[in-house]
Amino acid sequence: MIRGEEFAPLPFFSPMHIKINLFATLRKDRFDTDQREYPTGTTVLAVLNDLVIPEGEAAIIFVNGKHAGPDHVMLDGDTLSIFPPIGGG
Amino acid sequence: MDKILRIDMGAEGGPKVTVTPLGEYVGLGGRAMTSAIISKEVPPLCHPLSSENKLVIAPGMLSGTVAAMSGRLSVGCKSPLTGGIKESNSGGQAAQVIGRLGYAAIVLEGKPATEDLFKIVINKDGVKISVDNSLKMLPNYDLVAKMKTEFGDKISCISIGPAGEMKMNIASIACTDMELRPTRHAARGGVGAVMGSKGVKTIVLDDTGMTMRAPKDPEKFKDANKRFVDGLKQHPVSGQALPAFGTNVLTNILSEAGGYPTYNFKQGTFAGASKISGETMAELETKRGGMPTHGCHRGCVIRCSGVYNDKDGHYLTKQPEYETVWAHGGNCGIDDIDSIAMLDFLDDNFGVDTIEMGATIAVAMDAGIAKFGDAQAAINLVKEVGKGSHLGRILGGGAAVTGKVFGVERVPVVKGQAMPAYDPRAVKGVGVTYATSPMGADHTAGYAVATNILKVGGFVDPLVAEGQIELSRNLQIATAAIDSTGMCIFIAFAILDQPETFQALLDLLNAFYGLNLTGDGVVALGQKVLSMERDFNARAGFTSQQDRLPRYFSTESLAPHNVKFDVKDEDLDKVFNW
Ligand code: SF4
Repeated sequence: MIRGEEFAPLPFFSPMHIKINLFATLRKDRFDTDQREYPTGTTVLAVLNDLVIPEGEAAIIFVNGKHAGPDHVMLDGDTLSIFPPIGGG
Repeated sequence: MDKILRIDMGAEGGPKVTVTPLGEYVGLGGRAMTSAIISKEVPPLCHPLSSENKLVIAPGMLSGTVAAMSGRLSVGCKSPLTGGIKESNSGGQAAQVIGRLGYAAIVLEGKPATEDLFKIVINKDGVKISVDNSLKMLPNYDLVAKMKTEFGDKISCISIGPAGEMKMNIASIACTDMELRPTRHAARGGVGAVMGSKGVKTIVLDDTGMTMRAPKDPEKFKDANKRFVDGLKQHPVSGQALPAFGTNVLTNILSEAGGYPTYNFKQGTFAGASKISGETMAELETKRGGMPTHGCHRGCVIRCSGVYNDKDGHYLTKQPEYETVWAHGGNCGIDDIDSIAMLDFLDDNFGVDTIEMGATIAVAMDAGIAKFGDAQAAINLVKEVGKGSHLGRILGGGAAVTGKVFGVERVPVVKGQAMPAYDPRAVKGVGVTYATSPMGADHTAGYAVATNILKVGGFVDPLVAEGQIELSRNLQIATAAIDSTGMCIFIAFAILDQPETFQALLDLLNAFYGLNLTGDGVVALGQKVLSMERDFNARAGFTSQQDRLPRYFSTESLAPHNVKFDVKDEDLDKVFNW
């Protein structure tokens, strides 16, 4: 038995489905919108690292339409939207 | 800029020109100038379309100099839309040219006894006023083409379209851009109707033979300007985001944040947002040979605008602003970007405020005049306004009038002026600004969206009441001051975040005028402007009851966050306690 298999059925290790939306310059060489799987307990920062987005470039982060920081822990079914610094008015 | 040009349109024997020294208005510019003259000289109880009202057109303190971003124009009067004082701000070339011609303000006074339409030409030789009834009911683009044939292409024009001539509450005043297109508007509050009531169709400006305004200390001025430009370029918003995507980059973020008013303020997200977003628009503009980046006047280094071509690659309109895209887009349930661009062109051509027009159509849609999402119906309604049909006249009265005529209960206005593209329940800081600004619902008067949504100048949670009063107060004060300098408000992103860029702005003013202005001086200027404006409104009959949002924003929740506007009335009354 390989290590990990015995843990597989445990909910703690079941993958979460996260919808990710990127905007403006962050779309370049990435995507507009994607559905990805991450282990339970994944933070926003871990997703940023996975997408190779430097923290400074992710100026505005929403989880389900509410402002969130890099330490925010994601839940299954969340929508994560990431914006570079933008403005207008 | 050491004199004021006054034109009495009602003088016996025809318009009379007087040039007066600045007197008590010395040192003022832009909004400080327009609001000072209006509050001092216009009887607050006068009818906005009467001979007693005045239209004041003032370049900012730094307009006409080489300072970057300094070409914003203030237009002031008693507003036919709100019944209060109005300062409406425009880009385009006019402010720089008026500044170079030496005028700190052009004041249109009185009212002609006849139905004649006048053309005013101002150049280095002086002022010429003539009757030109061949201009009657010309849309702005046609009018400018005619002026170009008559006076050449070195001119700039300030003009009204048919809406202004018909004295509609939603009529704007157009200013031409660098390509001599009437795409920049002092749009809010019906300033175009006041120009129409004075019988003035256009002011043609030509600064040939004039020079840049000279600073008191040229070396310091040059150095300050360099630091100022560096600061703007270095900030990610003014250096990268605004040039690349324009203001419409906000569509997606407001919809994501649940603060994008959709279907006449019924919900906070719009399913069609991405189809009309700044990202989509910039891509389309590039593909069609338009331009995603363009400045509205010489000296702008941010260049948030663009050029929007139609499917065949022909010029259709300038890049529509976020608020325009919202007003005609999501707020009306419309997700067709070409239709929205067409509506932008029609608005500019007839000379109406895009925000008020879109908000009015959404109210009309609520009344069943057209279906939400029906772009062709929206285009037809704007054409009715341009024609001045009976229906068009009603819509030309604005959202509040249209709501009353058609018996609509939910009409998103404050002081009679329609709210722009941010729902005050989900962006509460801007809700405080809507409620309390002397201008009526106006996002630019204290753009709390920056701190609520964009995390510029710190962060105040948009969904809670705490902190919003102070945020709106500080922004309203800063904005009143910036609007007086002639600077574009988009410098705010950099000066809020970078103290050295704010210092560069102070240094520009100090080097130009030989002053010792500090941050406190800027605050004092902003407070003074707001106090004059509030004083005028009080004398016009406004009380704290007018500093409120319509009730339904406090009683009905907005999805998806299910929030109400819960800033307390007594707190709203504290915004101007300083
Ligand atoms: S940043 Fe935009 S609105 Fe401001 S002056 Fe430049 S083009 Fe005009």
